[in-house]
Amino acid sequence: MYDYGFFSYESKEDMLERSRAFWNPNKTDFWQDAGIDLVIDRREGYYLWDMAGRRLIDVHLNGGTYNLGHRNPELISTLEQAMQHFDMGNHHFPALARTALAEALVKTCAPNMQRVIYGAAGGEAIDIAIKTARHTKQRRKIVSLVKAYHGHTGLAVGTGDDRFSKLFLADHPEEFINVPFNDLNAMEDALKGRDVAAVIIESIPATYGFPLPEPGYLRAVKRLCEDYDALYIADEVQTGLMRTGEMWCVSKSGVEPDIMVIGKGITGGMYPISCTIVSEECSGWLKEDGFGHITTAGGSELGCIVGLKVLEICGRPEVRSMVHYMAERFQQGLRQIQEIYPDWFVGIRQDGVVMGLEFNHPTGAKIVMKHLYAHGIWAIFSTLDARILQYKPGILLSPELVDEILDRTEIAIGKAYAEWKAMSRQEVTA
Amino acid sequence: MIELERHDPPGAARAAMMLQRAHWAAEVFARYDRERVVQILDAVAEAAEAHADRYAEEAVAETGMGVVEHKVLKNRMLSRGLWDHYRDHDFVSPRIDHDAKILELPRPAGVIFALTPVTNPIATVYFKIMLALMTRNAIVVSPHPGAKVVCADAVRMLSDAAVHAGAPDGCIQIVEEPSIPLIEALMTDPTTDVVVATGGTGVVRAAYRSGNPAIGVGPGNVPSFVDSTADIAATARHIIDSKSFDNSILCTNESVVIVEEEVADQLERELRKQGGHVLDQAEVELVREHLFPEGRMRLDLIGKSALALAEVAHVKVPANTRVLVAPFSLVVPEEPLAHEKLLPLLGLVRVPNTRSGISAAQAILRITGAGHSASIHSRDARTIMAYGAAIKVLRVSVNVGNSLGSAGALTNLAPTMTIGTGFYGRSSLGENLEPRHLINLMRVAYNADASVPFDDFTGLEPWVLDAATPAVSAPSEALSASPETDPLREEIRKVILEELKELTRQ
Repeated sequence: MYDYGFFSYESKEDMLERSRAFWNPNKTDFWQDAGIDLVIDRREGYYLWDMAGRRLIDVHLNGGTYNLGHRNPELISTLEQAMQHFDMGNHHFPALARTALAEALVKTCAPNMQRVIYGAAGGEAIDIAIKTARHTKQRRKIVSLVKAYHGHTGLAVGTGDDRFSKLFLADHPEEFINVPFNDLNAMEDALKGRDVAAVIIESIPATYGFPLPEPGYLRAVKRLCEDYDALYIADEVQTGLMRTGEMWCVSKSGVEPDIMVIGKGITGGMYPISCTIVSEECSGWLKEDGFGHITTAGGSELGCIVGLKVLEICGRPEVRSMVHYMAERFQQGLRQIQEIYPDWFVGIRQDGVVMGLEFNHPTGAKIVMKHLYAHGIWAIFSTLDARILQYKPGILLSPELVDEILDRTEIAIGKAYAEWKAMSRQEVTA
Repeated sequence: MIELERHDPPGAARAAMMLQRAHWAAEVFARYDRERVVQILDAVAEAAEAHADRYAEEAVAETGMGVVEHKVLKNRMLSRGLWDHYRDHDFVSPRIDHDAKILELPRPAGVIFALTPVTNPIATVYFKIMLALMTRNAIVVSPHPGAKVVCADAVRMLSDAAVHAGAPDGCIQIVEEPSIPLIEALMTDPTTDVVVATGGTGVVRAAYRSGNPAIGVGPGNVPSFVDSTADIAATARHIIDSKSFDNSILCTNESVVIVEEEVADQLERELRKQGGHVLDQAEVELVREHLFPEGRMRLDLIGKSALALAEVAHVKVPANTRVLVAPFSLVVPEEPLAHEKLLPLLGLVRVPNTRSGISAAQAILRITGAGHSASIHSRDARTIMAYGAAIKVLRVSVNVGNSLGSAGALTNLAPTMTIGTGFYGRSSLGENLEPRHLINLMRVAYNADASVPFDDFTGLEPWVLDAATPAVSAPSEALSASPETDPLREEIRKVILEELKELTRQ
């Protein structure tokens, strides 16, 4: 009997059965089939516990949502205090917490950034960014990268891989142009008709397995945008908030975006909001018709207060310093593992604690994911490139926990290597 | 991940994060070799000395205690002087004992949480930071709130100098807004490897209660015995110089002079010559009344000058007065003059002979100051040894001012700002705090049997497993994306992939 007070289940099997019946049968089964029988129960710091009581170190963090750890005590305390006075708020009126967070956010951005528009989740913030770009430029076309992923809402899903848009007949190829990553010629070809409203780029594309932009690529894209009168939208949902050792990854590339999108980690998984930060040039509709985008739950004031705390924590010099140490330690440790399995563990993509580990098989990351799970680590493969394991630890790790993660990773990669070898032998004999 | 209790004091989470950052820095620092450590200390000692004057002025201005020129001297002693003293010592490199067949590797404590006092703010900050760096420890300094501004400035300055010279980022940090609950939270934090507490009894006891390893020291109350064999003129000069030094706020300052009757009048005369004003009985009463209302020393008078004290006590004294000397007869707890006095007010007790002198010194140390320090002015080795044997202190300075004598500046004791009071004084440290107290030695021990040979470790670097192991470095200022894949490895990878393709094709 699993009694959670609010609800209870007879057993884990009973839970999974009801999950299939009342929630999402395919998703439920997908994980069982992949060897990941995880039903997240207790969560604390960088640890998760399965219903069955097994502890996992979370190196996925749901795309940086739990950057500061699950149920970060400072955030719990902030939210509890906020609830003594605030609730979600009322989107119609000027709002205390929304304004305060907006001001704080703008101060962390490039000097051209001016205002913040709120959503409830990342997809909505992307939609807002696209709507804003279209209003500003009075054009429909949006350029994104092949295998891009910016969320699942109406407009956001159109920018991404058709893996998600075609299912719901939501692909609009005439409005959403895809160009290959790191290909400036293709980008220029897409823009030179001067009919594009904006280019949208995740500063390091997460769901595509964190391929790193070539040096100067993002800056060159921004220059092309300027040359051909398009806006630059930076999707910082996964790469922002100090994960690359600076508050925003895009600023490391020397790019001042026109619009920047923030989600997930901004409220540390406590109370969701998302933010679209725009320049003065892109603020037009906010002056013309401020009711243009309405969202009841968007920018909940409780979320805004937690967001203020998250920004304050991420901005501490201690955190920046620690991320630099962590990145160095991971780099050294992963290289040492790579030296043992050079033909299997073929690539390390790393910027700060944003990492993609590349394996020598089309679904190599799924094999590694399974063995990591068996060895107490939760990390997920890249949906759009299953060779790549998304390896995304938090930003408040201790040296001891980094070492433990690396130890477990080394063993799991070794086991996955053995499985891959066996597979290769079978393929050969077949 | 920082564990935070719901009701932790304000700033606790941030401060715990400082410890965690220090922990990261310490992990890297522990692998530095001696050459890099020396480079860092050369730079830090120079920076500290260069700021000695400014911080002396600012410390006096902020705390209202002490004498600028004396603080300058202390700041120099605890920067350049300290480094000159230890520059040839090595707390870093492996030590090989061929005879014992033991290899020793110095292992830093890790993260030091250092409490520094209001009385000697900069000198103690300098001292503890330099000790931490010499031993490759990270340090988080929590200054006394009364000196927090100048201390924060000094810590930041030294941190910049150290990091600029190659020290790991975050190895020196400051708690800018110290409070008692915050300090308690930091002392008890499991990331703190050792608490080094200099300050009042409350702070020191809390350090020992913390559950973490701690080095805390008890208060002083220095008896200074002058026997009939002493060079009285020199003694008076030493005592007045020492007692007036920085207006008496070193814990090693003389509290009560115990003088043999035979030379007492002569000593009083000599004290007067040196700027000691020997109070008459009426004046002593005024001092008790105004400086010790209800028998307790007014804390706001700590570190004030003798002239200022005289004014408070309504006692008229010559303008050249450096120390007030208050004769009294009975060394008992209810006598305020027999307690520790961090102000230029010196008790004076006459005794008939050496035995009574030793008894009086024992009585003073029964009140407070056990394990700390004492001084003696004598030319009789037997008396000096008997005095040392009889009284409960762990250092006796001889024929020298005790302020700087027991602190190691005028004797060959270790130069220090932290006087270990040992078992008598409820401390884990019985010596003057010095760098070796902040490391452990890891010992690699071979079979003692003479037939088993010892290996040759000469020239080997710890942490280097093979020639290819890269030297450890602090993280660079800006994080860059991982460098392009090594071309050779890329080539190997291609070859392997080709081979695999061939295999699968067959």
